[in-house]
Amino acid sequence: MIVKPARVVLHAFLVLTCLATLAPLLWALYASLRTYDDTARNGYFSVAEGLTLENFGNAWTQADLPHYYLNTLVVTLPALVLVLLFSSMVAFGVSRFGFRFNIALLMLFTAGNLLPQQVVVTPLYRLYLLTPVPEWLSDSGLLLDSQFGLVLIHVAFQSGFCVFVLSNYMKTIPRELGEAARVDGAGVFRQYWQVILPLCRPALAALATLEFTWIYNDFLWALVLVQTGEKMPITSALQNLKGTFFVDNNLVAAGSLLVALPTLVVFFVLQRQFVGGLTLGSTKG
Amino acid sequence: MTATQNPPRTAGTAGAPRPPSRRRRATALAGREKLVLGLMLGIPSLLHIALVWVPALGSVALSFSSWDGIGGFGDIRWVGASNYVDIVTSYPRFWPAVRNNLLWLLFLLVVPTVVGLLLAVLLDRQLRFGRVYQSVLYLPMVLSLALVGFIWQLVYQPEQGLLNNVLGTAATDPVNWLGDPDINLYAVLVAAGWRHTGYIMLLYLAGLKAVDPALKEAAALDGANAWQTFFRVTFPVLKPVNVVVLVVTVIEGLRAFDIVYVINKGRNGLELLSVLVTDNIIGESSRIGWGSALAVVLLVISLGFIVTYLFQVFREEDPA
Repeated sequence: MIVKPARVVLHAFLVLTCLATLAPLLWALYASLRTYDDTARNGYFSVAEGLTLENFGNAWTQADLPHYYLNTLVVTLPALVLVLLFSSMVAFGVSRFGFRFNIALLMLFTAGNLLPQQVVVTPLYRLYLLTPVPEWLSDSGLLLDSQFGLVLIHVAFQSGFCVFVLSNYMKTIPRELGEAARVDGAGVFRQYWQVILPLCRPALAALATLEFTWIYNDFLWALVLVQTGEKMPITSALQNLKGTFFVDNNLVAAGSLLVALPTLVVFFVLQRQFVGGLTLGSTKG
Repeated sequence: MTATQNPPRTAGTAGAPRPPSRRRRATALAGREKLVLGLMLGIPSLLHIALVWVPALGSVALSFSSWDGIGGFGDIRWVGASNYVDIVTSYPRFWPAVRNNLLWLLFLLVVPTVVGLLLAVLLDRQLRFGRVYQSVLYLPMVLSLALVGFIWQLVYQPEQGLLNNVLGTAATDPVNWLGDPDINLYAVLVAAGWRHTGYIMLLYLAGLKAVDPALKEAAALDGANAWQTFFRVTFPVLKPVNVVVLVVTVIEGLRAFDIVYVINKGRNGLELLSVLVTDNIIGESSRIGWGSALAVVLLVISLGFIVTYLFQVFREEDPA
């Protein structure tokens, strides 16, 4: 087979573009693997005297990363489960039953998710300040400054996107399936739980992957609605790392990569789902 | 997954027009069943409305007030449109923020869209390592904008950063990419575009897969060259994707906040409307009415695009 010159040019272009895309990440990785002394002596743009994982260990302990990972987990996991549960229920109702308002409801959810968060955030802050919650849910006694409050806003905001995607998906499931279940005496909830939901597994997997990265990556809601530094999720806590160790770029680089790690792992392991989720909805910023 | 091949609007419209009998069937549900369905729809809807739409409308209402947040709602003083007048006439950060937001939109609409479309067209063929290229190109999308800000600071630092060293300006005359208010917005835009391009490429790739290959073959038989085929055949088919790209980009542009906030809290050349709104909550001053009026400006701009999008997506639905 003759190698066509056009193909060579194409590959060369794509390789260069990929390298340019990876450059900032590789640069961060390189900086994170060098010691502070090395870069202080030789500058960052130099050949490393030696590579070490020390910065990762330091970022892990000095910035108290396990604590903040846990904070994120406490918010992300319940939010993820609830958003998929709630959205699938709404999508089920809207797509499988004929209501007068179902298109309107669907539009309300879809549009709500497209609003810039800043349009919502000021009154939400006041609302959270005025809403008492039991002590066991929030040690502040309010929705404000509580991880429960973060879970709620993630569920409320992200359900817009998930309802839209899931209702489109459910519409492609033959109506006869639900009707057959009904004839067999299954109630509304059983039709949802035992017939429709299992069929939505691919869409749910795609959404779960995507929503994980979005909720994990949240910065604004936590910044405004959580005030105690100790309760911050990990993306916001990184800001502290930068503040405290401002001069030590190696440490900041290592911290950044550690914070990115969970989403990178999800991306590499569940790439198909991640990409599937994005194109399934094609609506999100 | 088959659904990834199609833009969303086709998925929901596959069925025949709805038979009128279905509404009757829904109302024929027994009382208990109606209650179950009502709860399944009602609880999530209430949560969504209470935490998204009530605050959004609250922003509109509060924008006509002057309120420092102290005291109850009874202490709110209503001032009509004066917040808007003051913002437009005497708030020094407003017009720079509007200008920056517009530049942001313009940049994202041109650069990542063109590059993303180009990459999608190049990758939409049988190509060795095609999947590897794709994965690398949309990798930045999994990072938060805040992290993008952190990572690109390492690139942009005056003496130690990658860019000045590569350009050879680090030792002699380092450019302060993020500190110089004349250029920092563009530096940040490159970083934001870095993340956004992969997304656009992905959307176009999904759209291109849905283009019927027979169309392209027919065009080739008619003697069309690659350019003609693309502009006359492929691109028109991508119209729904273009609308999605437009809306996604505008919304992304209006939401942009994290990246400038982690760099310098959105000051000194990096002002954005989103930053001005947020400053009124977490900053020193708590001027609720003022911040709400700024939020309403954002709301009005975004509503235009949201309505366009809803129209595109739902126009083929039966508004039963």
